[in-house]
Amino acid sequence: MAPGGRGPEVRVPASQGVSRLDAALIAQSLLSGLLFGGVYSLMAVGLTLIFGVMRVVNFAHGDMMVWGMYLAWLLATRAGIDPYVGFVLCAAALFGLGYLIQRALVGRVVDAPHEMQILLMLGVALVLENSALVAFGPDPQRVRSPLRAATVWLGPVFVDVARLVTFVLAMLLTLALYLFLTRTDLGRTMRAAADNLYGARVIGADVGRVYAVAFGIGAACVGAAGALVSPILPFQPAGGLGLSVASFNIVIIGGMGSLPGAFLGGLLVSVAESLGAVFLSPSMKELVSFSLLIVILLFRPAGLFGRAAT
Amino acid sequence: MRWLALVALVVLLALPAWLNSYAITVFIFIFFYAFLGQAWNIVGGYAGQLSAGHAAFVGIGAYASAVLSAQAGLTPWLGMLVGGVLSAGLGTLVGYLGFRFGLRGFYFVLLTVAFAEVCRIVALNTDAVGGALGYYITFTGNPRQFQFQDNRAYYYIALGLMLVATAVVAAIERRRFGAYLIAIREDEQACEALGVNTFRYKMLAMVVSSFLTGVGGTFYAFYLFSLQPNSVFGIPLSVEIVIRPIVGGAGTVLGPILGSFILSPLAEASRVYFGQGGWAGAHLVAYGLLLIAVVLFLPQGAYPALRRLWPRAAAR
Repeated sequence: MAPGGRGPEVRVPASQGVSRLDAALIAQSLLSGLLFGGVYSLMAVGLTLIFGVMRVVNFAHGDMMVWGMYLAWLLATRAGIDPYVGFVLCAAALFGLGYLIQRALVGRVVDAPHEMQILLMLGVALVLENSALVAFGPDPQRVRSPLRAATVWLGPVFVDVARLVTFVLAMLLTLALYLFLTRTDLGRTMRAAADNLYGARVIGADVGRVYAVAFGIGAACVGAAGALVSPILPFQPAGGLGLSVASFNIVIIGGMGSLPGAFLGGLLVSVAESLGAVFLSPSMKELVSFSLLIVILLFRPAGLFGRAAT
Repeated sequence: MRWLALVALVVLLALPAWLNSYAITVFIFIFFYAFLGQAWNIVGGYAGQLSAGHAAFVGIGAYASAVLSAQAGLTPWLGMLVGGVLSAGLGTLVGYLGFRFGLRGFYFVLLTVAFAEVCRIVALNTDAVGGALGYYITFTGNPRQFQFQDNRAYYYIALGLMLVATAVVAAIERRRFGAYLIAIREDEQACEALGVNTFRYKMLAMVVSSFLTGVGGTFYAFYLFSLQPNSVFGIPLSVEIVIRPIVGGAGTVLGPILGSFILSPLAEASRVYFGQGGWAGAHLVAYGLLLIAVVLFLPQGAYPALRRLWPRAAAR
């Protein structure tokens, strides 16, 4: 939408306040928020998997996502592959990146103090963000997809087909991850290492490999999320930090290390932000998620779905 | 060691006579970031409570003194104390909420980030302080208004700030308070079991740290003459504050200074070097690689490594 312009979906300028909002607008923002929430869920699931398994916070999470977006953009512009297909390749590439980063760097600081882990991941984030800046320049990009313009009206609200497809694919990926963790040997070993590292070592688990695969899967989740959202959300190298922070918020709200928490937290935060954009103003929508975060940290630091406290 | 410090001080005091204006600017940033890092060091380094939202204190101090100067005519020399007190107020709130509820490690990191981000968004949406356009200070060159024609004045003020913060940290380290903070960092439960009121000392560390950082906000405002919410409250500034003491050696008196003397010129040199080739961003890639190298090769920071290399001089 052009700045100051009123697209067909915005019936009431947000600044005119709540009194003139009609039910359809609220329903519309609920729906848009829910559909966009699939992406948030996928980002948060990736972060919480990494944290849950090796207690390391991936400060480069958003920057990995930006690389997923740029890879989708490269695939779309150079090879003509639609991001809704290309996301598989993006996820695979990010898996490799995550695997390597864990093997070469993170594996050495798993037992180090927090500040050293944070410093390392900030270094990785700086390298990823700025190598994207060197490679692609600072200007925002967006991937064109034929799905982007399609909408379906459902009574008073419309469904953005791109968002719907994104939502469905994100759900399927989360489900696949869940099945991997519960039904495969490697997935079970991963959960064992997360629950009881010593015990996992006793039974002969190759913890180094498990960690690297977990980091790879976490990166693949966010790479897929980036590719899926690339036709909807304009992206630029500097956007990684905001995406990282958004993922942190969701994961804390849902409960660190909890996969269902990350999943439901993603939907919750997205809907809350979407409503916040309507009731406050679009630039204040982040305030909603930060306020939610502060409230959760104060009264239930383990998160909505987390187990024990810190 | 004392002799070495004295010689270094004399050199730094005399240096502006030989430096050109660009080199002075580089030194101003070294001193100012060392000052901010030193303030962070109290709560982050000694007490081990990793605040990643110290930009909020810089921002509040900066906006407070700038707005008071423009609207109420209050000289920033006093405004800097008001800014410090307001920042300490926010520090008290964040510390109270975080420590009361026992938030540790990454949870405390995120609480501080969230508060800083809330400040940023509020500043972006408050038209009275310029909103997203930012807040601009008209240059008068009047020293009473904390404005100077000569860059060297800022050099000496930044040097003074760094020395004052270092003196505060050295005093804390020598006192029982410092020992408590280190004990809290190393093993909070054991410390509590010995009867130390850990909540009280963590709060005190937070208040001193946020006050000093808020005072620094005035320098930020009246050195740069423009305040942008995204820069002065942003996470990148918080990160800049945090990384120098960690690289230099968190929880040591000289760590933040050493870290700033290592990182600030490197950041500047690589910015200039890569900027010439039109490779925007390449210098930050190098910067990121440097941080990674520090973690892998100097996991305690540069100062402890230096001490091991040179034990006699550090023996004091």
